[in-house]
Amino acid sequence: MSAAPLLNTATGARKAGATTGRTRRRAAGWKAYLYILPAVLFSVTFLIVPTVQTGWYSLFEWNGLSAATWVGFENYLDVFRDEDLRDSFGHVGTLIVFYSFVPISVALLLTMIISRANALRGMSFFRTVLFLPQVIASVVVATTWLSIYSPNGLLNTILRAVGLDSLARVWLGDTSSALIAVGLIGTWLNVGLCLVLFLSGVGNVQPELFEAARLDGANGLQEFFGITLPALRGQIVVALTLTVVSALKTFDLVYVTTRGGPGNATSVPAYEAYSRAFVSGQVGSAASVAVVLTIVILLVTALISRLQPKEAE
Amino acid sequence: MSTKNRIRSGTLAATALMALSLTACAPGGSAPAESSSEPVSDDIAGAGEVTLSVWDQNTDEGINEAQESLNAAFTEKYPNVTIEREVQSFADLKTTLRLALSGDNPPDVIQANQGYPDMGAFVEGGLIRSLNDYDELYEWSSYYPESLLKINSFSSDGSEWQGDNLYGISQAGEVVGVYYNRDILEQLGVEPPTSLEDLESAMAAAQAAGIQPMAYGDVDKSPGIHLYGVVQAALAGADVVNELATGQGGAWTDETSVQAAEVVQSWAENKYLTEGANGISRDEAIAAFEAGNAAFTISGSWLQAQFTESMGDSAGFTTLIPEGEETPATTGGESLAWAITTGAENPDVAAAYIDFINVDNAAQVFLEQNSLPAVLPDDYQAEEGTLTADVVNAYQTVSESGGMVPYLDYSTPTFYDTLSSAVQQLTDGQVTPEEFAEILQDDYSAFLESK
Repeated sequence: MSAAPLLNTATGARKAGATTGRTRRRAAGWKAYLYILPAVLFSVTFLIVPTVQTGWYSLFEWNGLSAATWVGFENYLDVFRDEDLRDSFGHVGTLIVFYSFVPISVALLLTMIISRANALRGMSFFRTVLFLPQVIASVVVATTWLSIYSPNGLLNTILRAVGLDSLARVWLGDTSSALIAVGLIGTWLNVGLCLVLFLSGVGNVQPELFEAARLDGANGLQEFFGITLPALRGQIVVALTLTVVSALKTFDLVYVTTRGGPGNATSVPAYEAYSRAFVSGQVGSAASVAVVLTIVILLVTALISRLQPKEAE
Repeated sequence: MSTKNRIRSGTLAATALMALSLTACAPGGSAPAESSSEPVSDDIAGAGEVTLSVWDQNTDEGINEAQESLNAAFTEKYPNVTIEREVQSFADLKTTLRLALSGDNPPDVIQANQGYPDMGAFVEGGLIRSLNDYDELYEWSSYYPESLLKINSFSSDGSEWQGDNLYGISQAGEVVGVYYNRDILEQLGVEPPTSLEDLESAMAAAQAAGIQPMAYGDVDKSPGIHLYGVVQAALAGADVVNELATGQGGAWTDETSVQAAEVVQSWAENKYLTEGANGISRDEAIAAFEAGNAAFTISGSWLQAQFTESMGDSAGFTTLIPEGEETPATTGGESLAWAITTGAENPDVAAAYIDFINVDNAAQVFLEQNSLPAVLPDDYQAEEGTLTADVVNAYQTVSESGGMVPYLDYSTPTFYDTLSSAVQQLTDGQVTPEEFAEILQDDYSAFLESK
């Protein structure tokens, strides 16, 4: 991530130097590299070396303590052969729906309502409240929801109060509901983020456009699909990228709420990588999961960025 | 554009090469040479100023206090020694210890969990030292019964559990069994159960009276191991489970192990176990039992101090006798082993420390804190009718009659994960007892083949 801007700075410096003769260009280039040296050292030490190291470890069977055995790409094959690992990537697919698609849809709906009521009193207050989940430490969020989902927690109390006793259950302990329960925490987390992004996007649309549409007799829906949605394309791509990546990286919520259980119903790749590396002593396998996860994230991000409108580049 | 790309790929290749050259050797390296054969000594006062870094998991009520007072007594005896204690929960220690041990500056004394996952891996990696020389010096073999020393032993390459080399000694005795609420059982008019059958009919009676039969919370995943372990031992008997857990014979798909799974699943289906147990924490379940909201709970002697404090004499403890046998069979053994790392700067001081906190006067300190020591003093007599008496008697009977079976997660390096996840699936009806047995057997046979 941080390497790309650095390289751009370097090439930028070279281009600037090119106008003033060969020697000076070389000198300027040399000095420019000196400027970025600390940052390069930092990113090599803390980003590139560990990344390459992880890739290297993934080619071994290693318990983290004794000598390792070379197994080539065996660990990678296991990512596809091992049912638990395959499932963990499947679970993340479900989480993407709850972390990304649902919050974006909800936030768009809210945007539609809020942008109509352009003089809503106390708007900044609501914006703060909706954004609050993003600034709370994730362990606090997870612990709060642990209590909401508990057998006599808020959710079950409400369900019983309105006579839906049959729906009440231990949400995180039930194989059929645990993953969805974790996903809904993600929804709650990400709605605020998406909404703030979209509202700022709507703010950039010239009010004349809305006025013109209204004069032409457009209703709320037509206004939304005709003006708001196209104007928000850039923001939606950003929201998609952020939320999909956060779903793929999920670790903290799962670690605090279910530890991957019941059974393996909520295990996700990041949790598998952790538990294999630090609990069950399968460092090579953990590293291969981490590498595959990284590649998946890069691919998904690249795909999403293709949705970005051209003029925004 | 093309220049940019070339520079980019060139730089990337260069950094990748550089990083590779930094790491281009198999991780882990070779195990350090066996500890030197320097003569060992118990002269601690003459060792100069020594700082001992100690990592333990004695967080439970009673045991933590016992540890604090033992540490204080040791530094009082040897003022030249400073103890830096790092105490973490069992689960946290399990994850951080691996990293700490493989680093350049490991702690001197640690508490290692027995079996293949931890102690075996530490021995294989040459990270903890054999204590055979200190065993001779301090005569631990004459203090501990052989069965307890065996649990803390491995072959020198870590491949065979219960081998010839001693790698640690333990403070606390442990026995897992069924805690019951005396008041509730009296109210129901049933005797404390001594067999699986008794337990099941007592649970049925509790349920009929509208009382939760057994408090059970398994979100932390480890209580499931005890639940299955207790039932399996009561059905299969100690010898069968011992052979299985130590890799000497048998299979998890054998009849009694499958039966045990059937029993556990039927308890969940009949709602004998707390409903939705997979979403309930161990602590919540224990709290429900303490509050008198459940007749039974299955756990280990480490809760003795806590229950004595919270429930007084209304808490009782019992173990189950397999059909056709005279004495009970159940999970148990001893607490984590106090071991000395190969990186310890002053092994003599470390050995004196673990001798002091485990052997000398440790048993008395543990008893004062309502905790069970590994070896009971000869003249010890617990007060009749107390929880302490129940636990001590169970521990003594089970150890002396050979009814103790090891924690099942010792069986293979990945068994903790495999078994605890499988029990969650079993109680939730996600797998049949046969499928449950297959999951365990797959892990087990893969490990035996790899040895």
